[in-house]
Amino acid sequence: MQKLLDGLPKIIESAHGTGGRWTHELIESVFLPYFRSQPLQSLADQAVVPESGTGRMAISTDSFVVTPYRFPGGNIGDLAVNGTVNDLLMGGATPAYLTVAFVLMEGLRVDHLVEIVQSIANAAAASAVSIIAGDTKVVCGKAEDGLFITTTGVGFLPGGVNWGPEFIQPGDKIILSGTVADHGASVLTKRYNLAFDTVIRSDTASLLPAVMAVRDLCGIRCMRDPTRGGLATTLAELSQTSGLTLEAKELCIPIRDDVRGLCEVLGLDPLYVANEGKLIAVVAPDVASTVLSRLQATEVARDAAIIGTVTKSAPGYALLETAIGAKRVLELLSMEQLPRIC
Amino acid sequence: MPHLNDFRNPDVASHLLARIGELAREPLRVMEICGGHTHAIFRFGLQQVLPPQIEWLHGPGCPVCVTPVVKFDKAIALAHRPNTIVAAYGDLLRVPGRESTLLRERAEGGDVRVVYSSMDAVSIALQNPHKNVVFFAVGFETTAPANAFSILAAKERHLENFTMLANHVLVPPVIRALLEDSRLKIDAFLGPGHVSAVVGSQEYEFIAREYGRPVVVSGFELNDILQSILMILTQRDEGRCDVEVEYARAVRDAGNAKAKAVIADVFERQDQEWRGLGIIADSGLRIKHELSEYDAEIRFADFLRDISPPPPPKGCICAAILKGQKRPFDCPSFASSCTPERPLGACMVSSEGACAAYYSYRQQPLIQGGTYDE
Amino acid sequence: MCLAVPAKILTISDNCAVVDIDGVRRETRIDFIEDPRPGDYVLVHVGFALQKIDESEAEATLAQIRACFGGPDDGR
Repeated sequence: MQKLLDGLPKIIESAHGTGGRWTHELIESVFLPYFRSQPLQSLADQAVVPESGTGRMAISTDSFVVTPYRFPGGNIGDLAVNGTVNDLLMGGATPAYLTVAFVLMEGLRVDHLVEIVQSIANAAAASAVSIIAGDTKVVCGKAEDGLFITTTGVGFLPGGVNWGPEFIQPGDKIILSGTVADHGASVLTKRYNLAFDTVIRSDTASLLPAVMAVRDLCGIRCMRDPTRGGLATTLAELSQTSGLTLEAKELCIPIRDDVRGLCEVLGLDPLYVANEGKLIAVVAPDVASTVLSRLQATEVARDAAIIGTVTKSAPGYALLETAIGAKRVLELLSMEQLPRIC
Repeated sequence: MPHLNDFRNPDVASHLLARIGELAREPLRVMEICGGHTHAIFRFGLQQVLPPQIEWLHGPGCPVCVTPVVKFDKAIALAHRPNTIVAAYGDLLRVPGRESTLLRERAEGGDVRVVYSSMDAVSIALQNPHKNVVFFAVGFETTAPANAFSILAAKERHLENFTMLANHVLVPPVIRALLEDSRLKIDAFLGPGHVSAVVGSQEYEFIAREYGRPVVVSGFELNDILQSILMILTQRDEGRCDVEVEYARAVRDAGNAKAKAVIADVFERQDQEWRGLGIIADSGLRIKHELSEYDAEIRFADFLRDISPPPPPKGCICAAILKGQKRPFDCPSFASSCTPERPLGACMVSSEGACAAYYSYRQQPLIQGGTYDE
Repeated sequence: MCLAVPAKILTISDNCAVVDIDGVRRETRIDFIEDPRPGDYVLVHVGFALQKIDESEAEATLAQIRACFGGPDDGR
């Protein structure tokens, strides 16, 4: 690492954003060594890429803001790639291209920036996407915020893949690809300096292997990645859009013991805590077991489980069946969850 | 911890429910004092599976909810005082004062820090010797020892930059006040488990002896609460009114002497204002006179001088709800002008408040076949 | 009203203990506990242990629960 940093400035200064010599040096010494796609290396004002020829293109864009920007299990760079890649995948598209725009705070440590750029390059390689365009600005902000990243992804949809909440039907099964709340739990203890010692790591990951394992199956209605707002918010949104009821069973939802423990100490509901490498698939009942076993065969979805069923019992609302068989409505997350004492 | 799964076991729960069904022949109005119980009752959906004869009355058991608005106004004012850090438990950050919240002050550049422990506030004071650290500390008897301890720790370390904006309330006096109100029809109490771990179950003897109501001090797991209901029903069946402890693994008759001693070292009793209920005699704690240098309201008295309590909100029936006389659905403001984002009154300000709990589950009647009340 | 969780004392130094809550560790004050020992379970609230958790009492409560309906003997 030290060798990579030789000759680089220690921190980002406003001059790095002026577009002049300092900006060029930053791009050439920090970004281009890692982002090696041909369109980017040519430093033109635009990326020119071949058409796929299949007819349908998916585009997704997202901005990433996270405090702290480095956390156990990853950093904002992993999130920025995986988040946008996963959004493309949730529509069934194969991710192909990515653009990355940075807003850097004055005072950001350059070694941190290099680490994040490396993470971006590695995450992009893992999902087989090329970073084809980029931008950098520098602003005067809170140094501890570090940087904001916006990524835009382009992917291509194969024929026959049409997923969306409008295809959900009563009787469909709800599959979750793994444990809930890992990302939010890992970030939270660091965010508030709560001095908890845990091995909880963010689950930030590309869902590419999981989606590719099942994309050819008929009967996949819809996929979503339950990020901000957690599993509960995503189930509520899907119920709202489909006009049906996504009913999950509390006892079927996978959660790590330490994540559950941390949520209990801090008074958080893990169903509302963010995930960054999980998907929900709503599938026809006759393919549910096939989807489940194929997901479980991938590393990223090895803990996949069927967590519930689609019904018409409370149209537009998601329900959770509690341990004793009572049912409660899962609302959209209304406010950021804060650690509480009572 | 070993046995925890037994206290959560749904098979055990269904047996307990069956037994409760056999004993619940007459209507029974049970008040749970503790917001933690309110939360658990809703989280498990107990109202759907318990017999309709059992009616829950949600008591004033959330210290955040009953903290007067003026305290939040003072915390908010201190958050934009120069060179000042306000440290607070996370629950307090989004509770509105008259015009703002601590969360909004933080967004606008105020130095507001979330702490998990009172000792974290002391650490912040140690790390920032040139700033004033105001620890906004509220709580019942459960939290009071930890909060009191932080003042002793600050004193021991000669920390001159640590003060406390305090609001401490006591459970037995508020129960007595509720029982003195003859309009209230409460048949039995579910006693607060964690308060009782400190004060001891003997503090509730007056409820059984003077007022003839059974009390069962309960834990917070599913089967703790069901077993406690069963114990209340059994008392009634046998014509008894006793203080019993279901949460015996954590609650002793005399409570925790060391914790109570620390409370007594730092705080003294006072008549206390409860948001929504008004002033109740001898029901709160204030920082003792000899420790007044740690009392933010005294240290910053000049700065806080102009902050006065706002008038009580119009169209809010929190007092009746906190006493179990009315239910959230009876309030004209509920879910219209009063929501968790913009709470009018005490019961809506924290997720442990009765109105906030009802708000989260307000669509329950839509579920076909549900047995939820209303 | 007051969130508290059971935790196991791992190590003790002066009046501070490191406790374990389902694999999560944190320093916790044990000033209010009589004779704390590693291996004890305590009830933790805002970074302070409030009481020891008495395992025999937990077993007694469970026995009482089971007595109400004559089983099952073992929980999950």
